[in-house]
Amino acid sequence: MNPLGLYQPGSSPLHRLGVGWKLLALLVLASGTFVLSSPVWLGVVVAAVALGFVVARIPLRRCWAAARGVLVIAAFLFLVQWWLIGLDQATVVGLRVIATLAAATLFTLTTRIDAIVAMLERRLAPLRRFGVRPGDVALLVGLMFQAVTTLTRIAGEVREAQRARGAERSVVAFAVPLLVRTVRHADELGEALAARGMGDR
Amino acid sequence: MPEPRATLPAADVARTVVFAAFIAVLGVFPGVYVGGSGVPIVLQNAGPLLAGSILGARRATASVVLFLAVTAVGLPLLSGGRGGIGPFLGPSGGFLIGWILSAFVVGIIASRGLLTLPRMLVANLAGLAADYLIGIPFLGIYNGNMGAALVQSAVFVPGDLAKVVAAAVIASLVHRALPGTLAAPTSRPSTKPGDPGA
Repeated sequence: MNPLGLYQPGSSPLHRLGVGWKLLALLVLASGTFVLSSPVWLGVVVAAVALGFVVARIPLRRCWAAARGVLVIAAFLFLVQWWLIGLDQATVVGLRVIATLAAATLFTLTTRIDAIVAMLERRLAPLRRFGVRPGDVALLVGLMFQAVTTLTRIAGEVREAQRARGAERSVVAFAVPLLVRTVRHADELGEALAARGMGDR
Repeated sequence: MPEPRATLPAADVARTVVFAAFIAVLGVFPGVYVGGSGVPIVLQNAGPLLAGSILGARRATASVVLFLAVTAVGLPLLSGGRGGIGPFLGPSGGFLIGWILSAFVVGIIASRGLLTLPRMLVANLAGLAADYLIGIPFLGIYNGNMGAALVQSAVFVPGDLAKVVAAAVIASLVHRALPGTLAAPTSRPSTKPGDPGA
């Protein structure tokens, strides 16, 4: 997994636009596609989003990867809708899916994770009086990343053990040992956190 | 510390965080092929069920929320390497949001009594229903046709039922291996009970 997530570094206007504004624009666009029911206008929206990919100078390789995911979902929905309802409605649904998913992908590609976390910390600041501490958000996310690394290793070990026992196809033989070790890992982590003063009063 | 109520109990935090990571790892692992069908069973949507069965409602809901938040922020942790806001706005976004209610419902039912297999089955079945309760109307609004949404979702029912049974069996085995996991109080400073350490 790329530690930067899906972010595609760049300095285009879309990259520099504030996270809050981009998120707002995305939500407006997504709800807009539900209001529009004309294939022509939805086509215009799709074209505008495609233009966004050009403005953001997303490399073709990333565009292709994004397009493939979006098109597979859109094609599946299109075919099912065509079969169930008819061609017109299927076209509208297909374009709607392409527009919203492509726009959301563009948001993700042009926005750094730490910028989003920083925005969340600022937005969560008013919740301070209700006992939410924005700093804790960062801590939770960091701990989760570490846990992902640890659990991936554990899962690999369990998978190997499973193979050695010739039980590759058994979901239970994989999940039970994995979960038992997951719970144990959580308890160790909890003790480590407590030992470092978390939850003290 | 001046604000005592704001401190996070370490054991709760650890379980929440680790299970959020567990759901992520389920997505990283390739699907399991069952029988001769070419369709892999994706493990990830069993994650909220398992979290609810093993952690109870509060911690499971928190871990699903954490996982979904981190995903929405842009980490490709959903199965197939998907991430960002996209999956939530897509046609099946309601099923993702439904995971939250799902984990909550499973946790509520699972923690109400003995951790037997029948109870786990009921809890996980109710959790699946809770996910559908949000996911299918969402898909219906997306398509503009509720009937079509129902038909489309019906395709996934057999696989989902298999996951419900698997999750129930797995959860009851885990509880047998680690008794007291669900009942574990938030204030368990170490292996020794009794002394709260105040």
